[in-house]
Amino acid sequence: MNRREALFSLGSMAAAGGLASSAKAAELHGVPAQTALSADNMPTPARRGGAFQVLTDDTDRATVKAVFDRLIPSDELGPSASEAGCLEFLDDQLAGDYGSGKALYLEGPLRPENEEAIMGSPQFLSTPRERYNTGLKALEAYAQKTDGAAFSALSPDRIDAILTDLEAGKLDLGKDVNGQAFFELMLQNVREGYLADPMYGGNKDMAGWKMIGFPGARYDYRPYVDRHDQDLSLTPVSIIPSN
Amino acid sequence: METRPKADVVICGFGWAGSTMAEELTRAGLNVVAIERGKWRDTSTDFPPAVDPDELKWHTRRNMLQPMSVETTTFRNNTGQTAAPVRNWSAYQFGWDVGGAGTHWAGMSWRFTPWDFQVATQTKERYGAGRLNELDLDFVQDWGVTYDEMETYYDRFERIAGTSGKAGNLNGQKIKGGNVFEGARKREYPTPPLKDTYWMSKYRKTVEDMGYHPFTIPAGNLSQSYVNTLGVTMGPCTYCGFCDFHGCGNFSKSSPQACILPALMRRKNFTLLTETEVLHGVKSEDGKTLTGVNCITADGTEVFQPADVVCFTAYQMDNVRLMLLSKVGTPYDPSTGEGTIGRNYNYQTCASMTGFFDDSHMNPFIGAGALGVQIDDFNGDNFDHAGLDFIGGGGIMGYSTDGRPIAHMNSLRGGAKRWGSEWKKAYARDYSTAGNIFVQGTSMPTRGNYLSLDPNYKDRHGQPLLRVTFDWAENDKKMTNWVTDKAKEIMVNAGGKDINLERQTDQSWNPYSQDSSHTIGGAVIGADPTRSALNPYLQSWDCPNLFVVGASAFPNNGGYNPTVTVGALAIRAAEAIHTEYMKNPGALVKA
Ligand SMILES: Cc1cc2nc3c(=O)[nH]c(=O)nc-3n(C[C@H](O)[C@H](O)[C@H](O)COP(=O)(O)OP(=O)(O)OC[C@H]3O[C@@H](n4cnc5c(N)ncnc54)[C@H](O)[C@@H]3O)c2cc1C
Ligand code: SF4
Repeated sequence: MNRREALFSLGSMAAAGGLASSAKAAELHGVPAQTALSADNMPTPARRGGAFQVLTDDTDRATVKAVFDRLIPSDELGPSASEAGCLEFLDDQLAGDYGSGKALYLEGPLRPENEEAIMGSPQFLSTPRERYNTGLKALEAYAQKTDGAAFSALSPDRIDAILTDLEAGKLDLGKDVNGQAFFELMLQNVREGYLADPMYGGNKDMAGWKMIGFPGARYDYRPYVDRHDQDLSLTPVSIIPSN
Repeated sequence: METRPKADVVICGFGWAGSTMAEELTRAGLNVVAIERGKWRDTSTDFPPAVDPDELKWHTRRNMLQPMSVETTTFRNNTGQTAAPVRNWSAYQFGWDVGGAGTHWAGMSWRFTPWDFQVATQTKERYGAGRLNELDLDFVQDWGVTYDEMETYYDRFERIAGTSGKAGNLNGQKIKGGNVFEGARKREYPTPPLKDTYWMSKYRKTVEDMGYHPFTIPAGNLSQSYVNTLGVTMGPCTYCGFCDFHGCGNFSKSSPQACILPALMRRKNFTLLTETEVLHGVKSEDGKTLTGVNCITADGTEVFQPADVVCFTAYQMDNVRLMLLSKVGTPYDPSTGEGTIGRNYNYQTCASMTGFFDDSHMNPFIGAGALGVQIDDFNGDNFDHAGLDFIGGGGIMGYSTDGRPIAHMNSLRGGAKRWGSEWKKAYARDYSTAGNIFVQGTSMPTRGNYLSLDPNYKDRHGQPLLRVTFDWAENDKKMTNWVTDKAKEIMVNAGGKDINLERQTDQSWNPYSQDSSHTIGGAVIGADPTRSALNPYLQSWDCPNLFVVGASAFPNNGGYNPTVTVGALAIRAAEAIHTEYMKNPGALVKA
């Protein structure tokens, strides 16, 4: 670990410590005198340039890259998912509260059939981090079995065919993985990465925002609200300038 | 167990209802303790403009909402099923932290119509004594308080909130440009209406040409700066487009933080306990009143807060759950139709559609939570239902809330693929050409829809979760089909192409496929103690020192968002407490 990385991880440890110790009841008379920004309510930018934290397995990372770059390929409208930083985005998301399923209700009993019937979609007791772990391994095993090759070595057309079947619920990834739900999870996350503020690691150079004409984290459109039906050509801005 | 000093009134839950009541009660000199399970949150420290325009954090990951791991509900469509827990984010969007959902609501600031308060009486008068029974709507009942009685309290809440809008009915005089179908108001809105976006102007012109009566939606996004009745200054909305699910960094969104806390927190007779969760009320020895509430703090300490009056203001769902956990009143039983706690649970009947306008520049990122133009020509009982097979209706709005890119990534013409170069092309083409219409309709109660405690699933403290049993009322399906057809005509006339239409009632209700957060009922007000949990002052029929304040009190839902009606009911209840109850504790209404 170089010094810069060490500083980053110290920073994130301090932030985590702050969160834990703030779980304290308070009796307030008047507005609290403390006026600093609340650490637990501030965005935590993705770590840049460090090693991957969750996607540490080379094969897993190659598989998810292969999937992401077919879900969002490079073309005249902009870079591919991985070029835009969507792998770094995913890794950072999976390393944090989203990946650990902190917000989810994960108490049993899990009655999978009943829950799916009632909710109209499969329900899980596993966290997004666990679902990527099992899902990517299942995709690799599937490629090895049917194509005799690594998933990441398959041709773009072949990957598209697999993704199309996954999306339609026609491809069985074994008993531990619901293929269709895993497809939806990856599709959701890759596009989040492409369209979220660049501080989270993806949407590099605001490529996703430029693609659709979204001006980003501006906060005041009063000068523009009366300019009906005009191409405003506003250059996007991000919350924290990327790089 | 630690026992705290006794309060005159303890307020359980500190969102819109809790802060509004605390303001009214402390102003009258009462000693008030409010208890909130979330943290202290304020504009400058928690959602300043530098932090607020972050879609991923606030909208996609819902960082301001109460996580399911803290508490969730279980759900089923009917009593023949075993309810399943809601594990992930869904239509249930519960506020937490100081301000509750009032911090991150959109700000649509409606009064209900006079009809909404008296659906039973007015339906019988207009369509015949047997009409409700023919429509299988025997659970429809009046609120026991009329619009005219509510007017002062609506006015008071709007003056605190700074609501922007234009009156359409001033003391009975109809005014073009306002909502001519609204109940009579005594005075104009505190601030003028917001401006039209391009889409709103197109929608407005279309409906005007069709002979309808468009008006700008009353908004808790202020069109100009304003000093409210509590002396608090608010700023103008900048149409930032990061409004619902986000806080407001500009002090422009009506919220407990922007409107009430600066005045309330200064009062010596007010105490706020944060990160403290109310577990249940504690009954007196004779079981007739509550002596206070038991709580647990974030660090695990159990605390008893004694008080003369207990108010549950923990949002509609938790209000009902706290009543059940406190064993106040009789739980409703759908097999006999008896019992009142959990009865008349309901939702909001909605439909939405998107149309696409070739080569246009809608600039959807210019938006605000409550920015829209609506017609009420087909809402409530504003049109003749003779010859129709339903009662009720819906507001039809053309709105410009936001252009958040993740939220709209599937809003594409004609079933375009959601991935690959095809998605990129489609999204680049469609993002700035979409126009959206939302139909927000009334909902009528039925015998089978109710709330109860779940027998299988528990929260982090081991208390049972609340169980929702709900499916659409037949009446409401027919209503929404009919009104949505009207809405579609508008979209077609406006020139929208490749219309994507989503009628929520097309399938059985489930929390993952709905748009609205508006849950109501379960502890409703009324004149008849066998059919309502509360009297019209929101006082428990069974326990006179308990007031239960929130949309849980609505016996039926209007075709509008709930909050201004919640706020008005809260002020009315608080006024009854300090002017009547404290002088003469006991039932305010004879059963
Ligand atoms: C995204 C979104 C958009 C919305 N937009 C609109 C709109 O445009 N117009 C409109 O009218 N309404 C809107 N609403 C609804 C509106 O936010 C609610 O109607 C309103 O906040 C209800 O006020 P309340 O005081 O009843 O509940 P809340 O404001 O939610 O406050 C309840 C508080 O009680 C606390 N609490 C709960 N249980 C306990 C317990 N056991 N112990 C201690 N504290 C507890 C919670 O943490 C919370 O802070 C919206 C809601 C959401 C989520
Ligand atoms: S749209 Fe207006 S009211 Fe809403 S958050 Fe932005 S500035 Fe505040």
